[in-house]
Amino acid sequence: MFPAELKYTKDHEWLKAEAGNRVRVGITSFAQQELGDVVFVELPEQGAAVKSGDSFAVVESVKAVSDIYTPVGGSIVEVNQTLADQPELINEDPYGQGWIAIIEMSNPAELAEQMNADDYKKLIDG
Amino acid sequence: MSKRTPLYDIHVAAGARIIDFAGWQMPVQYTGVLEEHRGVRSRAGLFDLSHMGELFFSGPKALAALQQLTTNDVSLLTVGQAQYSLLCRDDGGIVDDVIIYRLNEGYMMVVNAANIDKDVAWISARLPAGATMEDRSDNTALIAIQGPSAAAIMQKCTEYPLDNLYAFEAAQAKIGDAEVLLSRTGYTGEDGFEVYIYDNTYASVIWESLMKAGEPEGLLPVGLGARDTLRLEARLTLYGNDIDETTSPLEAGLGFFIRFDKGDFIGRAALAAQKAEGLKRRLVAFNVAGRGIPRHGYALYSPSGAQIGQVTSGSYAPSLERDIGMGYVLTKFATPGSLIAVDVRGKARPAEIVKGRFMPANTRRRP
Repeated sequence: MFPAELKYTKDHEWLKAEAGNRVRVGITSFAQQELGDVVFVELPEQGAAVKSGDSFAVVESVKAVSDIYTPVGGSIVEVNQTLADQPELINEDPYGQGWIAIIEMSNPAELAEQMNADDYKKLIDG
Repeated sequence: MSKRTPLYDIHVAAGARIIDFAGWQMPVQYTGVLEEHRGVRSRAGLFDLSHMGELFFSGPKALAALQQLTTNDVSLLTVGQAQYSLLCRDDGGIVDDVIIYRLNEGYMMVVNAANIDKDVAWISARLPAGATMEDRSDNTALIAIQGPSAAAIMQKCTEYPLDNLYAFEAAQAKIGDAEVLLSRTGYTGEDGFEVYIYDNTYASVIWESLMKAGEPEGLLPVGLGARDTLRLEARLTLYGNDIDETTSPLEAGLGFFIRFDKGDFIGRAALAAQKAEGLKRRLVAFNVAGRGIPRHGYALYSPSGAQIGQVTSGSYAPSLERDIGMGYVLTKFATPGSLIAVDVRGKARPAEIVKGRFMPANTRRRP
């Protein structure tokens, strides 16, 4: 449900540390379940600069529009273009093929500040 | 105080996500809106609509009363026929959109769940002596089965020969021990039936019979989420979104259901005046070019960037595989083929006004 090696935010994003100060971002299985069938993803522009707390993408289900926030600042270095044609990957594989973007962090310490899996699980259950 | 239909426990056991709708705890989805939507169009789906209202009219003045209260011509109905109609205010605004049935023992008016109390009050204040209205909403359950396999599945559950019924026709029948009204109507653009169950203690057993009978055909339960995407693709208006007390049926493109020649009715003068003066705005349907999901309240723009109206309903359309919507625009921009733009959260998404329907209907029309 909530892979142990990832970091999490209170807005239900997950973050995965990758090589060279990069972090891969998506939304959790809890988030995709709450949203329902994802029908559209408004993806960020490659190269866009983001600050901690910015909305950098929008995930739409039939009924809901959901802003996706980055807890880390930096720039968008890769975007999952597959989501343009297959937004349902966010429902089917939220931690794998449903990734949204990769951010090159300007301040890697911001990643360490995020929740671990246990704390996120407490947030969901509590 | 949220109400539950007799089928609530069945929905929960089937894994439904329950939401509050018009004061009722209703299933919005079971397996998912997209799967349920596609299931209806390719096979068949089962809907719990027991929250809707059923008002029964009887007495020597029942017909006259309904003629006064509604826009369509009730006198055209033979026993077993139904018609779509509108309850209008003096100024032509729509109080509710309804279906009226002529039955052996009088008339039944089916009303939107959210408007039951309003409609009962409206009608009660205008009911003449010689006409009686009975609100049987709480005792009447309603289950709909819609889709290409709906008739085959329903025929396994009743001896009534369904081939007798074409769209907007209904008959008294039995499903097991239960007396029901089988109506060949629906809100999806597909063939199917709405089953009015007069004694709602039979609702569960009828639901379960239909689910069992429909197993070989792949019948699935369908929630309010897919009910909305299905009706939008079928270009059917939803009260509260596309029509309300501030909209006239002429503006909404429902002029076919106004019979000015049937005699006087509430709103007739206002609607006749509107028709004579010409309409300032019209409800249009549009296809978005590319991606951009229109939602209620989003602004609509002309090609030159002036606001010309707003979206009343919009969604990703699962069967059409594109984004669609409906909304009111100034009349001069309402021509089919006209290009407009939808403001989707700050981005202008181009769209084109559709002529007629988004897709062909599959209802069983009398040849």
